[in-house]
Amino acid sequence: MNVVVCVKQIPDPASPGKLDPSTKTLVREGKLVVDDSDMYGIEMALQLVGTAGGGEVTLVSMAPNNETAGLRTGLAMGAAKAILVSDDSLKGADALTTAKVLAAAIKRVNPDLVIAATESTDGYTGTLPVQMAELLGFPSITFAKSVQVDGTTVKVDRQTEAGYDEVECPLPAVVTVTAGVVEPRYPSFKGIMAAKGKPVEQLTVADLGIDGGVAVTQEVTDVVAAEARKAGEIVTDEGDAHERIVQFLEQLKVI
Amino acid sequence: MDFTPDPDHEAIRDAVRRLCGRFDDAYWRACDSEHRFPWDFYRAMADGGWVGIAIPEEYGGGGRGITEASIVLEEVAASGAAMNGCSAVHLSIFGMNPVVKHGSEQMRSAYLPRVAVGELHVAFGVTEPDAGTDTTAITTRAVLEGDHYVVTGRKVWTSKALDCDKVLLLVRTTPLEQCARRTDGMTLLLADLQRPEVDIQAIPKVGRNAVESCEVRYDGLPVAVADRVGEEGQGFRYLLDGLNPERILVAAEALGTGRAALRRAVQYAKDRVVFGRPIGQNQGVAFPLAEAHARLAAAELAIRQASWRYDNGLPCGEQANLAKWLAADAGWQAADQAVQTHGGYGYALEYDVERYWREARLMRIAPISQELVMSYVAEHVLGLPRSY
Repeated sequence: MNVVVCVKQIPDPASPGKLDPSTKTLVREGKLVVDDSDMYGIEMALQLVGTAGGGEVTLVSMAPNNETAGLRTGLAMGAAKAILVSDDSLKGADALTTAKVLAAAIKRVNPDLVIAATESTDGYTGTLPVQMAELLGFPSITFAKSVQVDGTTVKVDRQTEAGYDEVECPLPAVVTVTAGVVEPRYPSFKGIMAAKGKPVEQLTVADLGIDGGVAVTQEVTDVVAAEARKAGEIVTDEGDAHERIVQFLEQLKVI
Repeated sequence: MDFTPDPDHEAIRDAVRRLCGRFDDAYWRACDSEHRFPWDFYRAMADGGWVGIAIPEEYGGGGRGITEASIVLEEVAASGAAMNGCSAVHLSIFGMNPVVKHGSEQMRSAYLPRVAVGELHVAFGVTEPDAGTDTTAITTRAVLEGDHYVVTGRKVWTSKALDCDKVLLLVRTTPLEQCARRTDGMTLLLADLQRPEVDIQAIPKVGRNAVESCEVRYDGLPVAVADRVGEEGQGFRYLLDGLNPERILVAAEALGTGRAALRRAVQYAKDRVVFGRPIGQNQGVAFPLAEAHARLAAAELAIRQASWRYDNGLPCGEQANLAKWLAADAGWQAADQAVQTHGGYGYALEYDVERYWREARLMRIAPISQELVMSYVAEHVLGLPRSY
């Protein structure tokens, strides 16, 4: 079974993010790292291929400046190869444009299953996987908290607010996985060294031959700071704090 | 001069950081206070191939140098694991160096693969109650009886002895008075540790309590001649080979510990508001932290120079000693300033900086005191008369 995992390479969340004042988009220059939320998808894919007893995991990513540092992490975990689309014309691409690019790249691999995170840690639109599924003509299942492949069907426990739904669909399909799906393995030293020799196919938009091409039409018109959380109410204990807290909780109808 | 980051080193750093991220300060605080060896952490490090990183590839290791090993240990310390984390893996990463360099092929293939995968634990027994830096004064004696030695004596500060299967033991095979030179007559044995002839007692100590340091008595312990490292009488020379890399690794551990302390101090200085502003806005708080950063950055460069020289086969005694001195000093200063920045809370266990402080203090004493590094520099670098 061949599985594609969509991997986003993002600015290191450990360092504060910056917005480009002219485009009002996130600055993506400098070192990028694999989005932590994609580690779950990579692990899930490796386990599914292991269980199937054959096939391989391919990582697919779109990033500026031919950046491969994040892909190397996934290759070190055990993925066999990667495809990277890097093209100056994609700067500032919105989710739909990115979906078109990734779908075109994925088609080259002809996978049985495509796995993505439910959303990225830097953009959070959460719309890309289903757009991609539509473009590929695949069914999709979102918010998987467990994934099993049974012959030509993928069975998923789909996380909901109330619990989970058991859903299934025929392969090939797109599945988005939550952080609860599996525990990602650590890239080992030998995995890191082996990853250096694994192929990363570098493509431009022209290589993909997308019908009608892609045009980045999204414009960010304004950026405003998130509203600061309102300061809480401090209850100073003058012997009656417990009563006032109970009163407060009753007002909120939580007790 | 080229300071371009090496992609392998970046990848090693990133991977070790990710792994250590799963063992938080609460984990290390608990291991320290319960005197519990961090087995989960050790297992994860071994499974990732980090424990065996410097063991040759033909024996199942990663085949990399002291530069890579020092990066691993720096990241372990900097994660907040500090010396509890480093000491848990340090011996497995580097302790077998004398066997790699001088052991027989039979010994190497019997033991190194098991150390590389984290299955065999080997302690290091050199220091004695009356022989510390003056190593040649050791009195632990090994007498040859047929196909084995019989070892009798007392060692102190044998770290991890309670949890190790084997110990690399420096013994006298020829009494000092019969030797032409003080450094003659010592032999390195790879001895069994969990035997009825061996008594191991943990030494209560100030910190780094996840890894016990022990007093170990050997009372007629048999060691097969096949378990002798290299030649009889050459043990001290074999040890000397490992001193420079040892100092570089310890320097990296001190650097990481300082980094962990500084990170916590900076965060606290940003978050803690007194008189209506974060305390880090006060230069009296900010400047010492900036200074700690400057000292750590300088120590890091000294470590990188020393490890590069060692890995390239160049003499590195001066560089390794200076790296150890600078990093131990910088790590201690950072940890002390982290406690100071936290005020009263710095003395509370739950803020962790006191733990870094206790462990950073150790680095100014072990494995060699700061003063003896100065003696080395005075004599061997500046050409001043020998003081001892």
